[in-house]
Amino acid sequence: MITVPTDRRDLTFLHDVIEEAPGGERIAHCLQCGSCGGSCPNGPDMDYTPRALFALINAGQRERVLSANTMWCCVSCYACTVRCPQQIPITDIMYALKRISLREGLAKGTDAPALARTFTGLLDRYGRSFEFGLASRYYLLNKPLAILRMGPLGLSMLTKGRMSLVPTRIRQLAQLQAIISKARELGGAA
Amino acid sequence: MKCAYYPGCSLESSSAAYDVSVREVADMLRIELLEIDDWNCCGATEYFSQDELTAAAVVARNLALVDPQLDQLVAPCAACYLNLKKTDHLMAENPKLCEKVNQALAAGGLHHRPGRVRVRHLLDVIHTDVGEAAVRDKVVRPLSGVRVAPYYGCQVVRPFTDFDNPEYPMKLDELFTWLGAEVVDYPAKAYCCGGHMTQISESQAFELIRRLLQCAASRNADLIACMCPMCQLNLDAYQGQVNGHFRSNFSLPIVFFTQLLGVAFGIEAKRLGFGKEIVPAETVIRDRLGLPELSNVPQT
Repeated sequence: MITVPTDRRDLTFLHDVIEEAPGGERIAHCLQCGSCGGSCPNGPDMDYTPRALFALINAGQRERVLSANTMWCCVSCYACTVRCPQQIPITDIMYALKRISLREGLAKGTDAPALARTFTGLLDRYGRSFEFGLASRYYLLNKPLAILRMGPLGLSMLTKGRMSLVPTRIRQLAQLQAIISKARELGGAA
Repeated sequence: MKCAYYPGCSLESSSAAYDVSVREVADMLRIELLEIDDWNCCGATEYFSQDELTAAAVVARNLALVDPQLDQLVAPCAACYLNLKKTDHLMAENPKLCEKVNQALAAGGLHHRPGRVRVRHLLDVIHTDVGEAAVRDKVVRPLSGVRVAPYYGCQVVRPFTDFDNPEYPMKLDELFTWLGAEVVDYPAKAYCCGGHMTQISESQAFELIRRLLQCAASRNADLIACMCPMCQLNLDAYQGQVNGHFRSNFSLPIVFFTQLLGVAFGIEAKRLGFGKEIVPAETVIRDRLGLPELSNVPQT
């Protein structure tokens, strides 16, 4: 149990999370019931279940929260979101925590950010996802030994005609890239 | 009815069987699907993990490209469906975000007004708009004797709950009843398949896949029918590795619900993308339906 005297609570972190997450202000209504962690398919692997994470956010424990593996265990199944008796948009808050954690360079102990960056890097470049490019680049850079294990699977995907070795490009790539650049320039969505 | 169609990247490659069967079945049910010209990737879960505004702008380009004559958009992939729907909702509920997304779109000469296009999953269109009578009317080869485990996964039924129950959905169960199949009732039908965890943390993903296969297999399912490319890939392509990991011997074909619809409608199996599964579905279809072989399925 982590205790922080209420009068010395740092609320800036809570405000940052609210700013980043649509509906994030609902965190203040968390009852600590634990339905979220109990509903989560990856709950047992989390450093802190969402319930515990919200308590830490309320207590202003910025670094502890942002370096936790919790949000990186989230695969967006939304089971917690639909079950939360206080209508906290938990999955969306996990997305917000991923973004803040990446911005502040605190994400650790997970390959999820590498997968995300490789995926969107290919999207920016071609306008479509490119499974072979994603798998080869991501595994080569992050899990080189896994290539041996993935090889046979990749081969059967190829022979079944389920994977292309060349990317598909959209026609109006320049238009998409202009939209992406402008969005980046405009920064923070809130 | 006429709808804009967003196939999504998986339907072009790893889930080509879904795309061909969707088009065949839609054609049969008189749903005219008009593919969005030059659509781009929806970013899956990966863009929203990094940058919300860019994520929304990338998705919104597709919404903006929908033919102005059309007011409905169909996406068969669960992740694409959710991203399109979620972005439209985010823009509707957050005027500041909406303005910025439109500023970004303007850099490409585009604009999107939230709420203009209704984003729907194909199952919803078939179940609600086409309806029971019209579906039953098309069935020429009932799936009698085939024990189908309908698999909903996550993002078609959550977080948006406007067309089915998020905990215990029934629409796909009902559809298979109309096709004459024996529907397997199993509690894992809306559990998570592990999503991208097969790429990040195998042990986590494999346990989720095992849980699903076990749940359906223990109720004597002949196959699992899904409606998401990620679910299909995880349960089908990783089934061998899951067997190796747990020393299990699952051999459960994983097909798209539209492939089975097509079989029931008498569409030739090779036009439905059968044969692309890693765990072959042919034996089940052949034995249970008494068909000589898939490629010889008669045409109507």
